[in-house]
Amino acid sequence: MTENRSYLLQGNQACAYGALAGGVDFFAGYPITPSTEIAEILASELPRQGGRFIQMEDEIGSIAAIIGASIAGAKSMTATSGPGFSLMQESMGYAYMAEVPCVVVDVQRGGPSTGLPTKVSQADTMQAKWGTHGDYYPIVLAAASISECFHMTVRAVNLSEKFRSPVVLLLDEVLGHMRERITIPDKSELELVERRKPTVPPEWFKPFELTPTHISPMAGYGEGYRFHCTGLTHDSSGFPTSDPAEIKDKLDKLKLKITQNSDEICTYKQEHIDDCHIVVIAYGVAARVAQQAVRIARHKRFKVGLFQPDTIWPFPEKALRKALENADLAIVAELNQGQLINEVKRIAHSKVKVDGIFRYDGDIMTPHEIVKKIREAN
Amino acid sequence: MAVASTIIYDYLRGKKKFPHVWCPGCGIGITMGALLRAFADLEIDKNDVVMVSGIGCTGRMPVYCDFHTLHTTHGRAIAFATGAKIAKPNMKVIAVCGDGDGLAIGGNHFIHAARRNIDMTVVLVNNKIYGMTGGQYSPTTPHTKLGSTAPHGNVEHPFDVYELTKGAGATYFARGTVYHATLLQSLMKKALSKKGFSVVEVMSNCHTLYGRLNREGSAVKMIEWMKENAVNIKAASRKTPEELEGKVLIGEMLDIERPEYCEQYEALIDQLGGRPKDKPEAEESPEPEEIKK
Repeated sequence: MTENRSYLLQGNQACAYGALAGGVDFFAGYPITPSTEIAEILASELPRQGGRFIQMEDEIGSIAAIIGASIAGAKSMTATSGPGFSLMQESMGYAYMAEVPCVVVDVQRGGPSTGLPTKVSQADTMQAKWGTHGDYYPIVLAAASISECFHMTVRAVNLSEKFRSPVVLLLDEVLGHMRERITIPDKSELELVERRKPTVPPEWFKPFELTPTHISPMAGYGEGYRFHCTGLTHDSSGFPTSDPAEIKDKLDKLKLKITQNSDEICTYKQEHIDDCHIVVIAYGVAARVAQQAVRIARHKRFKVGLFQPDTIWPFPEKALRKALENADLAIVAELNQGQLINEVKRIAHSKVKVDGIFRYDGDIMTPHEIVKKIREAN
Repeated sequence: MAVASTIIYDYLRGKKKFPHVWCPGCGIGITMGALLRAFADLEIDKNDVVMVSGIGCTGRMPVYCDFHTLHTTHGRAIAFATGAKIAKPNMKVIAVCGDGDGLAIGGNHFIHAARRNIDMTVVLVNNKIYGMTGGQYSPTTPHTKLGSTAPHGNVEHPFDVYELTKGAGATYFARGTVYHATLLQSLMKKALSKKGFSVVEVMSNCHTLYGRLNREGSAVKMIEWMKENAVNIKAASRKTPEELEGKVLIGEMLDIERPEYCEQYEALIDQLGGRPKDKPEAEESPEPEEIKK
């Protein structure tokens, strides 16, 4: 790819080029529709750039390999779809517990089970939040355009490095295979984040040190800092603990490093929010439809606006609360039976009526379905 | 002894980490001792070693060893190790697994790592049972033997770990017992020096569960059984099949050469001009057609 030139790319291609631009130098994956193009491109491109690609024996192996590579010092990523994402969940939990930066791209398809391999869905919204067991606070981004497939992949890598946490990027079948024009930015325009390295002498190094930001410096393998890393609940030195105070410190650390920094993590877009009575809330590819619907409805003089979270977990709660200040109704548009709507209801806190428009038959909704809902509400 | 105590200070993590979790008399301690002495013999810098484990009694070994240590999810040690090895090909990577962890839940990763012939050493502690969860039968529990989930005798038949390893494509396999600790040390030394996927199967004793359920006696009795029933592979060729019935073959059983994964991948990077990493412009790669403005 040459910078500052326009290309007609699929979402999966843009995601793969975003990974390269974001500094990913290790990818492990397993073939699964509709995500496979990401692995194919990186298999071709990574070794050309000194990076490494491996096709593992399953998705369980893929997530394990990217965690191992990241702890060793690489910027690592995998890409999959629903069934593979399910297989990865146990070791996702490991990555949350052991605070391992890595990016997991889930190109969503219809479910449950094998479901609809070649059809669109947003049904992994809650799996991305609660897929593995235990208390943890994921960072989940939802891209809505081909350009965002690129930029959000870069951002996902940056967030994972900064917060020492896995980051899930949700795409979907439509986005993965749809083509749009995209301009690949110059490298100098992209800000890349590197994980904080320890500066103390090795004997003082604590891989899970409690810090004011709750983020601990992380050493790679072969850098002179020998440390232990485990999925067992551990103290700041990384060794298993059963001391209640240390257990609480650890779980608070996992929570606070995300919740205290949610203003930085959460981004969102909005249109016509200032004077609207109805707020349409949508994310991912459904937001594209919602955007069109809002523009059509505006043209017909309905007082309607759009709120589109880029980060769905943590949810941009303050921003939505503000967007709903003057509204009477929120309409949540999702390609599932209603998952994020519950978060919206929680935030709206019965002050605003929350209604949903859901499509889960493998097809994407049309702007007119949303416009109809807006019209009915008036 | 003086040497042994130096090794203890050099390779074990002293503070807070002991006493260990294993039952008194457990063979995993002997295994760990042999492994650390092998490292000392080879004079490998601790900063260059990654020790990965999964879940189970054997999975606890990395806590005590002063390397880069990674205690992972159940069965996934070899998959985590694969990632670490590929990301840092110069590191010496070892995975320690039990028979359940390495061959049941982790069996898929085991055979595929062997097939790739990726450079790592797997120390597979075979005590024929799931110890940590309380004595359930494992992929190496012999037919008819008892486990807490095989109360009427094991209906299944065990893996022959040598045949499995060889068939999957590994380049080195050796078997030892916790009685033959010196031999174990030399086999581990050989495995660690081998470029490729190497496996050392360690026949160990779980007297607490396997021994109790199957009336094989105390730790001492079980280890004495190994002394009496282990036959070195070199001596085995002079014995008849009848004489070898019920015996455990030990020693170096496989040592062949095949291209190693990381070497091949690093050569591919060189061939594609992928080094140094910050090379300004990679060779022209097939890229999507530019939009005509």
